[in-house]
Amino acid sequence: MAAVSLDHVLALAAVLFAVGFVGLLTRRNLIVVLACIEIMLNAAGLAFVAAGARWGQADGQVMFLFVLAMAAAEVAVGLALAIRFRQAMKSLDVDDADRLRG
Amino acid sequence: MLSLLWLIPALPAAGSVLLVLFGRRLGRGGTAWVGTGSVSLSAVLALLVCGSFLAAPPAGDAYRQVLWTWFDVGGFAPAIGLHLDAVSIVWVLVITVVGFLIHLYSVEHMERDDGFTRFFIYMDLFVFSMLVLVLADNLLLLYLGWEGVGLCSYLLIAFWQEDAQNVYSGRKAFIVTRVGDTALIAGLFLLFTHYHTLEIGQLMHLVASRSPAPDSGVVLAAGLLLLGGAVGKSAQAPLQTWLPDAMAGPSPVSALIHAATMVTAGVYLIARTNVLYTLAPDARLAVAIVGTVTLLLAGFSALVQRDLKRALAYSTISQIGYMFLALGVSGWEAAVFHFMTHAFFKALLFLAAGVVIVALADEHDIFRMGGLRRELPAVFATFTVGAAALAALPLVTDGFYSKDLIIATSLGSVDGGAWFYVASLIGAFVTGLYSFRLVWLVFFGARRTEVSRRPRWRQLVPLYALAALSVTGGFVWMPAWLGGFEPLRKLLDTALPPAPMEGAAAHFAESVGAALITILVVAAGVGLSYVLWMPRRERTQAFAAAPSVQPLVALWLGGWGFDWFYERVFVRPVKRFAHWARHDLVDHVVGGIAWLNLAGWRGLSAGQNGRLRGYLAVTGLGVVLVLAVVVLR
Amino acid sequence: MILLWYVLIPTVAAPLAWLAGRRSPAAARWVALAGTAAPLALVAAQWIAATDRLSAAFTAAGPGAAGLAAGSWVVDLRAPWIDSLGISFFVAADGLTLIMLLLTFGLGLLSVLCSWRGITTRVGAFHFMLLWTVAGLAGVFLALDLFLFYFFFEMMLIPMYFLIAVWGHERRVYSAVKFFIFTQVSGLLMLVAIVALVLIHGRATGVYTFDFTQLLGTPLPAGTAFVLMLGFFAAFAVKLPAWPLHTWLPDAHTDAPTAGSVLLAGVLIKIGAYGMLRFMAPLFPDAVAAFRTWALALGAIGIIYGAVLAYAQSDMKRLVAYTSVSHMGFVLIGVFAWNELALQGVVLQLVCHALSTGALFILVGGLQDRIHTRDMARMGGLWRVAPRMGGTAMFFAMAALGLPGLGNFVAEFLILVGVWQVSRWAAVLGAVGLVFATVYALWMMQRAFQGEETHRLSFPDLTRIEVGMFASMIVALVLLGFWPQPLIVTARQTVDGLQRMTAGTALVAPGADASTSTDGASGGPAVTDGAADTGSAPATGDGGAP
Repeated sequence: MAAVSLDHVLALAAVLFAVGFVGLLTRRNLIVVLACIEIMLNAAGLAFVAAGARWGQADGQVMFLFVLAMAAAEVAVGLALAIRFRQAMKSLDVDDADRLRG
Repeated sequence: MLSLLWLIPALPAAGSVLLVLFGRRLGRGGTAWVGTGSVSLSAVLALLVCGSFLAAPPAGDAYRQVLWTWFDVGGFAPAIGLHLDAVSIVWVLVITVVGFLIHLYSVEHMERDDGFTRFFIYMDLFVFSMLVLVLADNLLLLYLGWEGVGLCSYLLIAFWQEDAQNVYSGRKAFIVTRVGDTALIAGLFLLFTHYHTLEIGQLMHLVASRSPAPDSGVVLAAGLLLLGGAVGKSAQAPLQTWLPDAMAGPSPVSALIHAATMVTAGVYLIARTNVLYTLAPDARLAVAIVGTVTLLLAGFSALVQRDLKRALAYSTISQIGYMFLALGVSGWEAAVFHFMTHAFFKALLFLAAGVVIVALADEHDIFRMGGLRRELPAVFATFTVGAAALAALPLVTDGFYSKDLIIATSLGSVDGGAWFYVASLIGAFVTGLYSFRLVWLVFFGARRTEVSRRPRWRQLVPLYALAALSVTGGFVWMPAWLGGFEPLRKLLDTALPPAPMEGAAAHFAESVGAALITILVVAAGVGLSYVLWMPRRERTQAFAAAPSVQPLVALWLGGWGFDWFYERVFVRPVKRFAHWARHDLVDHVVGGIAWLNLAGWRGLSAGQNGRLRGYLAVTGLGVVLVLAVVVLR
Repeated sequence: MILLWYVLIPTVAAPLAWLAGRRSPAAARWVALAGTAAPLALVAAQWIAATDRLSAAFTAAGPGAAGLAAGSWVVDLRAPWIDSLGISFFVAADGLTLIMLLLTFGLGLLSVLCSWRGITTRVGAFHFMLLWTVAGLAGVFLALDLFLFYFFFEMMLIPMYFLIAVWGHERRVYSAVKFFIFTQVSGLLMLVAIVALVLIHGRATGVYTFDFTQLLGTPLPAGTAFVLMLGFFAAFAVKLPAWPLHTWLPDAHTDAPTAGSVLLAGVLIKIGAYGMLRFMAPLFPDAVAAFRTWALALGAIGIIYGAVLAYAQSDMKRLVAYTSVSHMGFVLIGVFAWNELALQGVVLQLVCHALSTGALFILVGGLQDRIHTRDMARMGGLWRVAPRMGGTAMFFAMAALGLPGLGNFVAEFLILVGVWQVSRWAAVLGAVGLVFATVYALWMMQRAFQGEETHRLSFPDLTRIEVGMFASMIVALVLLGFWPQPLIVTARQTVDGLQRMTAGTALVAPGADASTSTDGASGGPAVTDGAADTGSAPATGDGGAP
């Protein structure tokens, strides 16, 4: 298996992060927003793993495990919020939740 | 006897206070008694005090009575103190005696007026202030009287205050004279700063003892500043515009304040401070020029007036112009003499005019009068005496003696000259013209308005008394060619320097020949007025209405456009600025600061729209920017 | 100890008035009346008792700080308060203080009286606020510890705020907030300056104290002194109010209840002048001298600007408010002229302005109670309806325009003559301001009381209470106009002390008061010699014109 250079992996992570971020900004569906957050988290995790491999240290993998755990927790809370949100707003459009405007 | 001096001003003041406190309870009779009585007592006392002064003149020919120290700050301690000398004697006697006659007249003149009590409160207050003015021993106390008479003048011009026009006239008088007073008080600041006293005798002594030292500039400036005050109060050019409007007040007021006494305060001030003017020839020249210009301007204006009292007002301005001319050529005594005679005949004219106006049911237009000779014979006789004195008919009127003296001084004094002489002769000619114009128009010709009310004794006695004074008042100073009986001059010599009459011109000016010239000029004026307004009245009227002459008549009628000019240059700009700035310009700045805060609040709160995606986008942008700065630096 | 009572009596009377107000409004009024009358009587008694001391020649040993600390206090009281910060409860009274206290309690009494009919809602609370304002004012005039001064300075702000905001007229909240912000912000600037001064003094000497007498003469670099002086000036110029910081005053006056206006115009704005005299100039004489030209210009502008704007108003109360701006311009130029004539004039002006303007406010308030408007377009010809009111208004209008024979004239004359020695232009502009004063005073009279009676109003003339109030003020003003000497004697030691404290600084021009330093030469006939001496060098007499 040919070695993939660190630059490539980081580039992939950056692209993934950008995709997630753009999705976050452009999509209004709460479920998709949660999915985009997942993508961004995983992009960060990818960067951790790649960096850990590059420096030969386990810290990267450890951090990735943290990210995984956090992502799971986030999904759990996020989906619960999404259900409450839908009950309250009768929609999944995040822009409907603008009651905190000045 | 002299120690009772303080009572002379105190009595009218007490009368005024009494009327304020108990006027309502006293009723009309009581008010008349208190109002007139206080002034009559004051007049009697003035006669006694002045008599005792003349009988046994105190040391230095002046009596000083310090009542108390007004205030004492840092060595500046003006007194509430009175000073009696020859000059103040003349003024005090005129004020109290003429004042008493006019008060008596007013009792009848104002008998149907609602503001009877108020009238006498103001009149008594006026007499008090005027007496303080002429008796003050320092310039600050003089200023107190000076402003006090200004206040009374305002109150009395605006006496019938339901009519806004009267109130306007009163305000105008007060404000215009106050402009002059600003100059006067600046003069006081200047004099005090340099001499550290305002006590007149001491001040004049200091000024004289230090001249022609380096402060001649100060003396000149002080002279000009005091002249500014005098010009305002005495209605001289360029501040004369208030006096014609001041005729809105009751006739006794015009007689007392705007003819006999208050308007001559400027003459008093300059005569009192003559040392300043003696030492500052330029200031003296300014006084003479002001007088000359005024006497001519006002004389021509008097010629075309339709309102009886306005015509008399312009004649007053003109006659005070003569006094100023006399002061300007160092004829201090001549000015005082003319003040005295003028007080008699001008008060007489106004009182007679008051009777006429009331008799014709408040008719002021002389072209609607006429033929009153038979209806009001007493008024006709006395008015004619007054007009003759005003015109200076020779020998039998007091006006002749004083005016001839001024005319002679304007030529013969070392400060005089041909210009002043010619101008004063022209003035005399015009005076003859306009004074008898009134007589012809009011008392001769056809009757145009019914007489509804006739004078009774309280009006007739003052008229007769003043007429008698107008005839005899001049005999106290006869020219040399008439025997030279001159007690007034001897009296005034104790307080004022004599006019410097020197050289050939003086010799001529004091001769019969010069007097004959004056007499001829006056006679020509009176004669021409007979021709113009008796047989040829219609033609004169038509001539005045001709298109080529009309603008000039309009100019004279409006007092040479001074009002027009001031309205545009001073009044309107200030009014416009005030209107434009009425919500306070500075507050717009403060409001601006408040508005900026509000605008900032609006802008920031508009960004807080509650949309998560918007916040996120801005956050992302910020992160990118920060990174870019960090990386690219 | 007597000084403490001046603050304590109104402070304690205030809650009593509130409690009494729950039972009956009349009870609250009487408590408030007692709460102001009692200290007034005390001050008057103390004033009379101190006559000898006040009229005695100034006895302090030498110029500078020691002079003030040693001799000029009639009575003082010093107690520790917050020792660790060098703050003490230090109050003292001299002639100036007594005059200001007389004003405070006298006008406090008048404001209770003039609210007798006008205030009908929450009467108890109203008098609570009124009394606390009076207490704060008394404290301000007594305090000599800068922290204590600041404490009272701010403390009286709050009840005043409520007086305007609760019992005021149309735009009361706006005006109250404006008043509060202006005073508060400028007060904070002063606090910063005070703290800075204390720190600088502490670093130099090791003694950290807010005691004014110890802070005197603290050596300061010129620049620092100027900045600190500006901090004080900001606070006092807002209070005074000096142009262009005056814009809170017309609003506050217009919307305040009559009693509030009387206290504002009569006493509150006098704090500005008092603070400049007592604290600012002695602490920073050279900086004040450096600022003189600017302050004179501000004062002269204020005189004319205030008068012109007064003329432009149609709301009568606002007109009177703008006249205050004009009159306080005289005070400002008088303070900055800083010679004996001008300072005595300032003190007199404080008293006379309080009386004349206070009376005008009471009059306008009475008019508003009767015809429910302050708009002069809806008045006219009222003299016929209420001649006593008309005559009274005429009197006080004359006082406002500085008619000789009333106290205001003596005050303005002394100020202008003093200013003339420093700057002729400022004096001339001030005199021109008197012409504009004539314009607005007569215009007010015409619009309200003279002219045609267009609106056919009918209402009762002055009541007995009002006649009594006005009569006392009229008598006082006439007395001050013809015999102001008692007041001048009372203030003389203070004024002399101030002159000595600042002697040798740029503030006191050499030669300008040749006459003031030779006190013995004062008096009637003795002037001849003195005048001849000092006058023989005329060039020095008007030196120092900027």
